[in-house]
Formats: sequence, C-alpha cells, structure tokens
Amino acid sequence: MRAPDSRGYFGDFGGRYVPEVLIAALDELERAMTAAFADPAFWAEYHATLRDFVGRPSPIYRCERYAADVSSVPLVMKREDTNHTGAHKINNTVGQALLALRMGKRRLLAETGAGQHGVATAAVGAKLGLPVDVYMGARDIERQALNVDVMQLLGAQVHAVTSGTQTLKDATNEAFRVWAGRVEDTFYVIGSVVGAHPYPFMVREFQKIIGIEARRQTLERYGRLPSDVIACVGGGSNAMGIFAGFVDDREVKLWGVEAGGKGVDGDEHAASLLAGSIGVLHGSRSYLLQSAEGQVRETHSISAGLDYPGVGPEHAFFKESGRATYVNITDAQAVEAFHGFARCEGILPALESAHAIAFARELAAQRGADDLILVNLSGRGDKDIGRC
Amino acid sequence: MLDGAFVRARREKRLAFIPYVMVGDPDLETTEAVLLALSDAGADVIELGVPYSDPLADGPTIAAAGQRALRSATHLREVLALAWRCRERCAPIVLFTYYNPVYQFGVERFAREAAAAGIAGAIVPDVALDESVELRAALQAQGLAMPLLVAPSTPQQRAVRIADAATGFVYVVSRLGVTGAGYAPDFAPLHRQLASLREVTNKPLAVGFGVSRPQDVRNVGLLADAIVVGSALIDSYAGTRAQAAAARVRDFVAPLIAALPVS
Ligand SMILES: Cc1ncc(COP(=O)(O)O)c(C=O)c1O
Repeated sequence: MRAPDSRGYFGDFGGRYVPEVLIAALDELERAMTAAFADPAFWAEYHATLRDFVGRPSPIYRCERYAADVSSVPLVMKREDTNHTGAHKINNTVGQALLALRMGKRRLLAETGAGQHGVATAAVGAKLGLPVDVYMGARDIERQALNVDVMQLLGAQVHAVTSGTQTLKDATNEAFRVWAGRVEDTFYVIGSVVGAHPYPFMVREFQKIIGIEARRQTLERYGRLPSDVIACVGGGSNAMGIFAGFVDDREVKLWGVEAGGKGVDGDEHAASLLAGSIGVLHGSRSYLLQSAEGQVRETHSISAGLDYPGVGPEHAFFKESGRATYVNITDAQAVEAFHGFARCEGILPALESAHAIAFARELAAQRGADDLILVNLSGRGDKDIGRC
Repeated sequence: MLDGAFVRARREKRLAFIPYVMVGDPDLETTEAVLLALSDAGADVIELGVPYSDPLADGPTIAAAGQRALRSATHLREVLALAWRCRERCAPIVLFTYYNPVYQFGVERFAREAAAAGIAGAIVPDVALDESVELRAALQAQGLAMPLLVAPSTPQQRAVRIADAATGFVYVVSRLGVTGAGYAPDFAPLHRQLASLREVTNKPLAVGFGVSRPQDVRNVGLLADAIVVGSALIDSYAGTRAQAAAARVRDFVAPLIAALPVS
C-alpha cells in the first residue's frame, strides 16, 4: 500500500488546500508524524494502549443466521463494535493523542458527527490529561444525544455549531477555524481520512490495525483470504482501515458502501463517490456533493456518521484506479439491516455499520461456500436506539 | 491597475484603504450602491468577496454575510457581471474567493472572464503557496495579480518565498485565527513581521484580519502600505439596503480614511 507523494497526493487526490495560517502547523505535524512512525517506542505505546485501554485485538465473528437464508457463504464480521467507546474511531484517537503528547501540545480539538469520534477523543483526552473541545452540529447534538452526555461525563466541552447545515460538515469548518486561532498549543484530532495532508495518510495508518488483524485472523481461522471486504464510507476511515490489510491482495474485492439516503437519484443522500464530482473541501481534493457553482450541497443520511458531503482522497483514488468499488444502501435498507441483524445475531450494529451489513446480504446472494465475505462492523448501535 | 493605487497612496504619504465587501449581501443592488459609495469616499482598491458555502478562513460576520448572499443566489458569475457593470465608476477590484467555486468554473475560464470583466486580481485564501502554481500561471497569463497571504505562524524563510511569488501585493494577516472584528491585531509580532518583509520585498504590504477601528489603522503605521477592513464594514450596514446601506458605509469609513495619513 502506497503513501501519498511528497505533496500529499494519492494520484490526483489530496493535497493541502488550507489558509496559510495552518500550513506551518501541518508541516510541524508532518515532521512529528514521520519521526513517530519511524520510532518503535511510539508504536509500542500505541499497541499497548490499544490492548489495555481499547481491548484489541477485536474478534472476528462468523454470522450464524443473518444471510443463511440467501447463501452458504461464510459471512464474517470484524468486531470494531467491541472496542472501548463502541467504534473504530478510538484506534485513531489513541494514535493522534499520543502524537499530540509527543509534540508537547496541551489541548485536543475535534469535530464529530455521530459523536463516536468525539467520545473517542474525550476518552483518550481524559486518560492522558489533555483537555478536549468537541465541535458538533446542533442537528447532530439532537439526534445523537446519548453521545453528548458521554462526552461531557468524560470531561470534554461540547460546542454546538449552528452555522450552515448544522451537521458534520459545518462542525469540521468550525474546528478548522478554532484551530487557526490556537495552532500553537492545540492538536486538531481529525476523525476520518479527510482533511489536508498529512491527515488522510496519518488516520489511515492509525486505522490500518483493523485490516492487519482481520487478515491474520481470517487466515488463521479459515485458511484463506476473504473474497470480498465490505465497509461503510462516511469520510472513509473504517473502510480505509480494513482495506489497508488487503489492498495488496489483488484477488480480494474491496467494497465501500455509501449512504444512499432516500435514493441517489434525488438530492437527499450522502453518496459523494457515486453521485458527486471532483472538488476541494476541508483541505483536500476529492469527490464531493456540490452545485454547478461549486457550493457544497446539503446531504442526508439517517446515520449521522455518514451524513457528510465529502470523502477521503484515497477513496477517490481507489475509485479512479478501480481498486475498490463503491455502492450505496438507502436509509430504509440500513434500518431493515439494523433490526434484522440484531434479531438474527444478537448484535446491535451502529446505523453506519448497518449500511455495510445490508450490502453484505445483497452480495451474499451472489457468493457461495468457497467465498468468504468480511464486513467491518465499525460500531455498536446503542447511540441509535429509538431513532429507527 | 493595482500598482497605480499603491503608488498614489505612497505619494500622498498615507496607507491605501482596501475595503472588503461580500457581493450579494443581502442583494446585488445593495452591493453596487456600497461599491460606488466606497469608491467615492476614497477606497484605493476594493476586495469583492465571492460567496461560498464553507469559508474556512472567515469568522462569523463574513460567513453569515456569505450565507445571506447565497440566499440571493449570488455566485461567481454574478460577481463577475457586477464588476463589469461597475468597472468605470469603481476603484480597482480584487476578488476574494475560495478555490472550489473557481475550480468548478474552470481555472483558465475564470482568469479569462475575470480579466474581461476588468478585474485586477484574485486572492484565494485556501490556496497557499504550495498549491498556487497552476492558478498563479493562469491569472498571470491574463495579466491578473494573485496576492498571497503571510500569517503570524509563517516561518521567516517561507514568508520570503511567499513574498517572492505574490503578485500585486502581499496580504499580511495581522493575527492568528480567522477574519472578524472581535479581536484586534497582535501589533508587536505584526510589526516584526512587517519589518522583516520590508527587508526582502518592495511589493506593497496590505494588513488585514481584525483591523476595524481608526486606532488599529494608526497602530499598523508606516511599515505597511495598506489596510484591509472587512467584517466591521459588513457589520456597519447589516440589516439595511441600497442607498441606506451606502449612507451607513460613508459614515463608517470616514474616520478610518481620516486615520490613513502617516507622518
Ligand atoms: C460506527 C461508525 N461507523 C462509521 C462511521 C463513518 O466514518 P468513517 O467513514 O470515517 O469510518 C462513523 C462516524 O461517526 C461511525 O460512528
């Protein structure tokens, strides 16, 4: 798997489209990241924290019943829902917070959509003694109220963002603006493989643990690689994390599942790769949902974590190169999978993850006993109770 | 066009005055009246803000002005048309636009049509030195300037390279953070930044972000060539329209303009 070029591009995608005030901070971050990545002591601490605080390795689990009526294909879940704080997000916040400490930063700043990244940042901040400010859209605060309470219990300050769409996009704008005023002492913990270089690369490296473990576990348990790997795509971090374990296994098909909302033919969805066009948002060039005039469009998804008009630049690169295939699942299909999976398997998936699960059931109908479908179950669904 | 404005100000021993206006806030008629009022009052250059949905470098005032402008369906095309309409009655115009609207319009086409509309240059705050090569070349080919920003966090060596690459003028950001009249410039570091830029460039230095009061203008002082005033100006006519807005603007800029002379 490749690193981006020296200017932060994966093919034509990525780069650094931010105001000058942030350039020095990104340079400083890139230097510190490069040094940390080359330092075995940094990785030792990261892995020890993932083991003792997060509970890694997360298991893989073969579904008994969910797709058994349509296929004999083994359907295997990578259980990121078992992580401390309930989603894959904490793999990344552990990495970034340890890097922040190494850099001598005294505060953490984060945006959040579903609240999972905010909770994961708040938890790590509490553990390391770093104060945390979380920016969250006012609409998301309403629809993910449980996570707001959790962040506050963990000592984080949650700031409601009332500008624009009042969701993840505007929370991210606000986090960038706040960071611009505090670059000297504050580390901006971005929650997905988005943003200006080196964020998309750095976040992928911290989420790669999902794919590395899953590959080893699948080989150990089943003696073969999966035929297909599936993950939902909001910004794209859980997907890039699990894909990273299999990118160099050319025979493994990679599937990214975007939020189809009320249907990708209309305007109410968040399928940037499927229905968007190339542009610049939040510091990098990638696909995004926008008007002909280049205004970023309002998106819709029942799942707050996928309700984002952009997507990480490396996914845009995978789309163009054909290494991964991107599909969509609607709100209604995701809700059906949320309920169906809970009843068949005894696991309540996050609505985000339910998009991947719904697509897995569709794909299973075209696969047989010799194949193996691996799904990234990116988070647990407690936050979504009562919403669908 | 821009050079003339700065030379004249220097000759008159004063800072040049560069007001920033969000086009289409709240409608084009108001913007036109404000533009003409600013030009008559003595603006040397005018920055025209192009509305954008996600203005990362802007604080609440300009972001909200942009939202109002988007509600009146103002986009890059409308901004170019307004500039063309006003070209003979108005101070030289520099656009202030984020990159994505330009990218969707087409970089070459943008440069061509901006030149045809009589525009003097474009400031693109999310295109810093490193990503600026293509855009700068396209603008230069049409004779348009591309001022670049230097921030308080910009290391000295990089500031030299930015000053080298900038055309028209160098935009010196007065403090960390985003646009907005809420906090004043950080004068001590600003003066050091200006002094060190002075040693390496003859290009005009325009100071912006947080400049809102006559005393800010006086504090910027001799080391700069120009001041940019945005958020405070926008606040001055918020909630009014057309000629009423123009009257507010005249009242607001008079004491700022009176503070421009340096001795
Ligand atoms: C459980 C879960 N899955 C997926 C996502 C989407 O993010 P990403 O695409 O970066 O994995 C989120 C975001 O909040 C989430 O909470």
